[in-house]
Amino acid sequence: MIESLRRWSIENELVYLFLRSPGALLAALVALLCVGGAVLSPWIAANDPYDIASLDILDSLIPPSWSDGGDARFLIGTDDQGRDLLAAILYGTRLSLLVGFLAITFASVLGVTVGLMAGYFGGRFDAIVMRIADVQLSLPAILTALLIDGIARGVLPQGQHDNLMIMVLTVAIGLSLWVNFARTVRATTFVERNKEYVQSCEIMGMHPFRIMFVHILPNTMGPILVILTVDLAVAVLLEATLSFLGVGVPANQPSLGTLIRIGTEYMFSGEWWIVIFPSAMLILMVISINLLGDFLRDALNPRIR
Amino acid sequence: MSALLSIENLYVNFPTRFGEFVALDGVNLNVAAGEIHGLVGESGAGKSTVGAAVMGLLQSPGYVASGKIVFAGENLVGLNNDAYHRLRGDRISMIFQDPQTSLNPLLTIATQMIETIRQHRHVSASDARNQAIALLAETGINDIEKRIDDYPHQFSGGMRQRVVIGLALCTEPELIIADEPTTALDVSVQKQILKLIRTLCRERNIGIVLITHDIGVINETADRVTVLRSGRVIESGNTKDVLGKPKQTYTKELMAAVPRLDKRLDRFKNIVGEDDKVIDDSWKVPLASASFATQWLLSEKNEGNERNSHPLLTVSNLDVTFNSGQASWFGKNKGFKALSNINIDLMNGEVLGVVGESGSGKSTLAKAIVGLVPLSAGSMEFKGKMLPAGKHRDRHHPSRRVIQMVFQDPYSSLNNRKTVESIIAEPIRFYGLSHDEVEIKKLVASVLELVGMPQRAMLKYPHQFSGGQRQRIAVARALVARPEFLICDEPTSALDVSIQAQILNLLKDLQQTFGLSILFISHNLAVIRQMADRVVVIKNGEVVETSNTEQFFSAPSKTYSQMLLSETPSLVF
Repeated sequence: MIESLRRWSIENELVYLFLRSPGALLAALVALLCVGGAVLSPWIAANDPYDIASLDILDSLIPPSWSDGGDARFLIGTDDQGRDLLAAILYGTRLSLLVGFLAITFASVLGVTVGLMAGYFGGRFDAIVMRIADVQLSLPAILTALLIDGIARGVLPQGQHDNLMIMVLTVAIGLSLWVNFARTVRATTFVERNKEYVQSCEIMGMHPFRIMFVHILPNTMGPILVILTVDLAVAVLLEATLSFLGVGVPANQPSLGTLIRIGTEYMFSGEWWIVIFPSAMLILMVISINLLGDFLRDALNPRIR
Repeated sequence: MSALLSIENLYVNFPTRFGEFVALDGVNLNVAAGEIHGLVGESGAGKSTVGAAVMGLLQSPGYVASGKIVFAGENLVGLNNDAYHRLRGDRISMIFQDPQTSLNPLLTIATQMIETIRQHRHVSASDARNQAIALLAETGINDIEKRIDDYPHQFSGGMRQRVVIGLALCTEPELIIADEPTTALDVSVQKQILKLIRTLCRERNIGIVLITHDIGVINETADRVTVLRSGRVIESGNTKDVLGKPKQTYTKELMAAVPRLDKRLDRFKNIVGEDDKVIDDSWKVPLASASFATQWLLSEKNEGNERNSHPLLTVSNLDVTFNSGQASWFGKNKGFKALSNINIDLMNGEVLGVVGESGSGKSTLAKAIVGLVPLSAGSMEFKGKMLPAGKHRDRHHPSRRVIQMVFQDPYSSLNNRKTVESIIAEPIRFYGLSHDEVEIKKLVASVLELVGMPQRAMLKYPHQFSGGQRQRIAVARALVARPEFLICDEPTSALDVSIQAQILNLLKDLQQTFGLSILFISHNLAVIRQMADRVVVIKNGEVVETSNTEQFFSAPSKTYSQMLLSETPSLVF
């Protein structure tokens, strides 16, 4: 058993490199803890920060349990509403990751499809779509997201805002990140398109979409995987930024960004814990995902190694 | 005889994640001044590693584990970088394979020559320039005083290789290592370059290590030869003795695998690889066998597979022009005429060889027939019916199944992300030849066995196979479509001679069993000689000559064909 595991770790290049890269191992551990804590938050958190009835305003602004005036019930203190900060962070991470994953799925499906078609067909379609991508790339992603978010708020009926906010955020972030996927996939498709296995499909008379999605797509998976991880971190950051600016998720369901925004109001009045802990969580998560992305990029690119 | 370069018991190791890989396993080699020493072997034999070890340019993480490299009385192993730097390019030079990449495209020839000369000699720029001109004139570049300020792209491949040789000579080295110096060149240019190398070697008394996979080149150029295999010296001695009367089994088999120009053989002798693992036959699909594949492939009668004198494919007055019709923004775009006025008849069950140098339009012809390239004039007829070209050919046109193609590069012609099973099963499913999943699986296993692969191969991915095995898989993929007409575009030019022999044998067998008509494209006349019934010679997009193979090789009628034939290195002793 152990022997076969060891052999597998040698034969599989990615696993081999992964097991010999302490940075990637540490990052994976941290990312796993973050994601695990977020997913399991309803079961491991002491109380439900979304349940207004369970909150007690008298518990508000309690410092971490180890400092003066701390309360053993709240390990890292509470916020201005009397929410347990640890529980709020876990639930907030869950929300942030949910939006991040949804947005990145949306962006990758859109970007990969557009990139494949642009790379395969070339010509006018390629020219038009890629110019749109260029224009969008010249704007910061946060601006695009803000713009889409703003439009959605104006268009959607008032009462629906809070319910649809996650969807709106997903679309806003997804639309600001699809360009990365489209450009990378297009470049890879250009290379793959001229390989003889694609020609052999064309000779057989295969439908272009079948060639694209069944034959070329699997060969572009390496770069896609890298962008998926790196852009997941970007999406989580974007969501945090939008929530920080107050245009993200509703205030009664705080995400990491919302918690940080609440925290900044108390930063200079001595209640430092409200801003420090959510920020630390966000930084830890984004850095670990980014490190994983960097590792994948190096491991999948034989030229750098 | 005191040797200029003497390699004694050299071991070079490459640490990998699978453990130490021994690239050179106790190599001994002696090169005297004024001698061309050929190093021949198949890919992975360690030829280039010898060259790199002498130059001190072993790629990381490779290192010399033990042994000596004695150059002019000095041991080079363990020499520090500075000392090596003074030696390299001064007393030992190198000629690389690809003249496209071994010259800096952004510097003029003069700049590159003068830089190299002044790096090693304290001379003024104008003296260096005069030296460079003299040297390049010696390598046979005409009009060099005008051309020395040109950029590399303004020279042809052969001329560039002369410049590279000039660069290698400009510090008056005692030893030159030439790593496949003519592999990227056409035969006609190859002959001139080899002649130049030989002349320089004699006149300047330089020792030359000529690394190549081409036994014909060695035979025509080298004084002495060393045959390498898997990092070991198999045989060494005078070229005539080693190649004419080989003592070792491997050398004999290697010589037998080289396609010969002078006579046609029924089959090549197969070389059994020494480190080929015992074929794993334990995994089998129930009832699958090569005979089942043959039976299935023959079960539908293809009228195109009877050998008779009815033309299967007729190409008349075919023109292909690239970039036509699109007006460029900058002036007129005339387009490039890749093929003009091509007329070809291919009979049922015949193997038609198409021969030509690079850029002659051989591959364009294949692409035009399979419908990848639009025609600008002319027409094609297949089995008596019009064959629409380019985009006009419907995706469901019947010819798409009966015309199949085997490509040149087995590394790019198979999709690396698909299992061999799904690669071979795809044509069966796509053309609807069978809908029964059990039967498809059985067929895939059977066809694999038919092309000489273990059935187990269907579970693996293409990257787990060598070039020759991949080419077998590519042949299997073409075969399951039940083709009547197979187009082979340089199917063996990316392979070693022993593997080439195996693939050619396989194609011959399949051709005989299934009576396939084959259009066999190759730049290698000897391969064409072994495969084709008739030969078409193409030059610059035009047919030069069409004739029977035997007639063509005994007495070619056109001057161009005669020149091609005489310039192909031969193995006649």
